[in-house]
Amino acid sequence: MTPRRRALAALALLAAAAVLAPGARAQQVIADLSRHLVAITTGFAGAEVLLFGAVDGEGDVIVTVRGPEGDVVVRRKSQVNGMWINTQSVTFGAVPGYYAVASTKPIEEIVTPPVAEREQIGAGRLRLEPERNIPPETVAQFRLALLRNMERNGLFQARAAPIRFLGQRLFRADIVFPANVPTGLYTVNVYLVKGGQVVSAATTPLSVSKIGLSAEIFDFAQNRGFSYGVIAVAFAGFAGWAASRLFQRG
Amino acid sequence: MQVYLPIAEVSVDAFLLLGLGGLVGFLGGLFGVGGGFLMTPALIVIGIPPAVAVASGANQIVASSISGAVSQWRKGNVDVTMGIVLLAAGILGTGAGVALFRLLQRAGQIDLVVQLSYVVLLGIVGTMMGIESGRAVLRRRRGPRPPGRLHQHFWVHRWPLRMRFRRSKLYISAIPPAAIGFLVGVLTAIMGIGGGFIMVPAMIYLFGMPTLTVVGTSQFQIVFVTAATTLLLAATTHTVDVVLAILLIVGGVIGTQIGTRMGQLLRGEYLRGLLAAMVLAMAIKLAWDLVAAPLDLFSIAVGK
Repeated sequence: MTPRRRALAALALLAAAAVLAPGARAQQVIADLSRHLVAITTGFAGAEVLLFGAVDGEGDVIVTVRGPEGDVVVRRKSQVNGMWINTQSVTFGAVPGYYAVASTKPIEEIVTPPVAEREQIGAGRLRLEPERNIPPETVAQFRLALLRNMERNGLFQARAAPIRFLGQRLFRADIVFPANVPTGLYTVNVYLVKGGQVVSAATTPLSVSKIGLSAEIFDFAQNRGFSYGVIAVAFAGFAGWAASRLFQRG
Repeated sequence: MQVYLPIAEVSVDAFLLLGLGGLVGFLGGLFGVGGGFLMTPALIVIGIPPAVAVASGANQIVASSISGAVSQWRKGNVDVTMGIVLLAAGILGTGAGVALFRLLQRAGQIDLVVQLSYVVLLGIVGTMMGIESGRAVLRRRRGPRPPGRLHQHFWVHRWPLRMRFRRSKLYISAIPPAAIGFLVGVLTAIMGIGGGFIMVPAMIYLFGMPTLTVVGTSQFQIVFVTAATTLLLAATTHTVDVVLAILLIVGGVIGTQIGTRMGQLLRGEYLRGLLAAMVLAMAIKLAWDLVAAPLDLFSIAVGK
């Protein structure tokens, strides 16, 4: 079975479960991914993961995807002696390396601002704190620059992607990962929203990791750097020498 | 065909890298230079992190310079004493360069320093080469000049720590070669260049070495310093991307052979004039990038 067909089969199963188990009131939204591992292989050029789920009753659905967190340094250039030079920097801690959001309707229409703020729905509402004490105007400016740059790199998605309902209860959304997606553990949050409030939520993990040859090369380079260097130099030396011999004969 | 570079952690078109390797190799073969000064900026432009571009570039130069070095060695054009002095200082310089690179990277000034270094070096070398090749063209038109002295005696011949460099018929202080070797080592680690375009003029104009041993010795030095840089960076910063290097090498060795053949059809001083023009164009482009208002004043660096 192809991943898509497998996903659809799972979707059908889920639908059956939703219909057949009306007593499960606590779990008003359930969701899963077509796969829980995004494998970065040698041919990796980005990936798409299908999220599917079902809701119990009326409501809108919002999905957020957060990548592994890390420090991000934002630098500002200014003109010094005619040259543009980095002069100011602000370091933000715990910035997700990837952030995407999807929803059935525009976010502002379905949740109240305090709720969106609390749940950090939308890249603009991510809680990003500078590491040092810096005047709030400066922080705001650097924060916007961070969002803009991450967006330009394809790692933050500012606009919410659409979630489609299939019938009354089933929904699906595509999560798109660009080729430069960071490796690590991701969290996918699914919210069921009614009357501006989150009434139910579910979390499912997703792992992005290097697999196969690219993983082996990376591990080798990290753990046995010197041997790796020797091989790299030996290969380069041999290739250069062999090519010149080959062309001389030809 | 997209290929994921495991160390650079970006996905790039394999044919773009093959083509880039081929183009730089072609120009290198045509002009008899390593081409590292074209490769590193080009890699950064296509989105390879600077540290990876420098390290993998150094690895690629090992391949592009080894065949020349081997054939020069066979012809006996390598001044081994000079080569060892340059190399020992060069490896120290590489170590210092790696430390400096990390320091500047943390301070957020690495791009500026690399760019400024390129502007200054390419500007000076391009101008010098342009003047030299212009003179050579004029000289050819005027007819041959009577032979002069072996070389001029000036301050390098009077400094202490003098050594005999038999192959080059020189008895000069070891300090200037060591200083140049060190400088080239630093530049290899920071800029990902072999440094031939600094070493060759220094050997001719500063040490007074005969042209024959200049080319052989500088190629000998480049192979070993870039190999040492690759090893050092692989062992410390883990920034050598072999997938990237292999693609550049495969493109490069083919390009070099074609370039070398083309180069034999053109006259030396015209070739050097062309190279001078190219080097100057590069310097002007990089200088312009420094003074032109950037599209976004802000940039980000994602930590690990």
